[in-house]
Amino acid sequence: MVDFAIVGAGPAGMAAAVLAGELGLNTVLLDEQPAPGGQIYRAVERADAGSPLGDDYLAGGRLTDALRASAVAYRPETTVWHIEPDGTLWLADADGTERITARRVLLATGAIERPVPIPGWTMPGVMTVGAAQILLKTADTVPEGRAVLAGQGPLLYLAALQLARAGAPPVAILETTPHGNCHAALAHLGGWWAGRRMLAKGFGLMLGVRRAGIPIRRGVRGLRVLGRNRVEGVAWDGGEIAADHLFLHEGVIPNTQIGMALQLEHRWNEAQLCWRPVLDEWGRTSLPDIAIAGDGGGIFGAEAAAMSGRLAALDAATALGRTTAAERDRRAAPIRAALAREQALRPFLDALYRPGPSVLVPPGDDTIACRCEEVTVGRVRHAVRLGAPGPNQLKAFTRCGMGPCQGRICGPIVSAVIAAERRVPIAEVGAYRPRAPYKPITVGAIAGLPARAFAQDVAHTAGGA
Amino acid sequence: MFRPRPDSGRATVPVEVEGRAVRVPAGASAAAAVLIAGLGSIRDTAIGGGARAPYCMMGVCFDCLAEIDGEPNRQSCMVTVRSGMRIRRQRGARSVTAE
Repeated sequence: MVDFAIVGAGPAGMAAAVLAGELGLNTVLLDEQPAPGGQIYRAVERADAGSPLGDDYLAGGRLTDALRASAVAYRPETTVWHIEPDGTLWLADADGTERITARRVLLATGAIERPVPIPGWTMPGVMTVGAAQILLKTADTVPEGRAVLAGQGPLLYLAALQLARAGAPPVAILETTPHGNCHAALAHLGGWWAGRRMLAKGFGLMLGVRRAGIPIRRGVRGLRVLGRNRVEGVAWDGGEIAADHLFLHEGVIPNTQIGMALQLEHRWNEAQLCWRPVLDEWGRTSLPDIAIAGDGGGIFGAEAAAMSGRLAALDAATALGRTTAAERDRRAAPIRAALAREQALRPFLDALYRPGPSVLVPPGDDTIACRCEEVTVGRVRHAVRLGAPGPNQLKAFTRCGMGPCQGRICGPIVSAVIAAERRVPIAEVGAYRPRAPYKPITVGAIAGLPARAFAQDVAHTAGGA
Repeated sequence: MFRPRPDSGRATVPVEVEGRAVRVPAGASAAAAVLIAGLGSIRDTAIGGGARAPYCMMGVCFDCLAEIDGEPNRQSCMVTVRSGMRIRRQRGARSVTAE
């Protein structure tokens, strides 16, 4: 039994682990990747000082250094494939499968890129902007040939600049920001003074992209991929461009897979157009021993993630009797102040980079919604007309969401398409209910579990069902 | 399709992609090795047989499923290359073979 199990070694998980260790909690940090950092600081320990990824990326090294220096049990290349509400975690790694129990659990599973379902998005040569960054971070590798970046958001401009610095400037940025967004965003500029540092960074980024000479086409609508067996170009309403690579990005959304499987309370967030777990000011969820920190609770960025991780660690230490509530609150006050500054500009960014309606609901019927089971948007619409009221019923009609990714990619698309077809809010339609195993594991891995532990769990699960 | 950054000083690791020897930067994933090797795709889908290549590179989409050291259905973006690793395309659904 450990005091504190943290899932995910990104900024939130690392910061939580380091502070929890300092506070005397017996802490284990579980992560699927071979090195700490999460996606934002992926492979930062390998980076050189002059890395084209830039100073904000290299700053992540402070967190990985602190983690390495701590007494935290850091377990890389470990997949958490099931969590029970009582703090039992089922793990798989190269040595097999095991289960551990924790008195408190923190989910720090971060964000995933919002799916961008356009005609042809399953074709080889189409990847996410985040994928291009991960290739640069982990393998010091860049696309060869003509790369086009399409979509919007801070990460897209950052990636464009990083690729240019790495000697592979994109041939074009196709910006999809809807025309009304800028005007709508101005109404949210109340936080500009508190968020001035972030605002300045954003302007710096735009300026950098301009100086790098990357052509930007604005107001792009109707994106589609051209090509037969792989990307040969990208078309939009009124134009097209030859390309060898297309990298898509329409912002990031919380990775809610584990929280949804645990049936934590989630709500549709209209400002960020995503599902978010319902959290209190310490990151506590609707289950008493399970908390969430970082972008998995709502998109606020890496620095805010680390701060929310520290708040969750303080709260865990209080719940486990290592610090008093008064001491927790005293230490939390400066973190909260910094967090408020970090979040001040977010409503502006959410409004400015709000995806257009076609990102959530592809207008055509032929666009693939479920990449795994190859279910088109048209088949989703047809199933709704046949009576499928929500994503979970849709599975029985179409197998949509039942492939290996377990609905991670198509989940946001099908909820939005069903809602549009039924003319009801997405909140009313709901989301897929994911189930364990969160990642596929072999029958052999389950068979290798200690028999008694497994029998107990089966009895426990059957009793609770 | 992808290449190491022009002034990358990263050490390389020898792997085999579809039987062909390729050197890829240390720290790369098996999916990255496939992209560097210039393979047009990494698998044919189990449903329609269409060609797919790695998409998200972070373990979300499962489009990079491949056979690694003889084991099919591995998320190749989640596997770091090791010297001598054998990476092969995956064709359609996995079948059961009697041994």
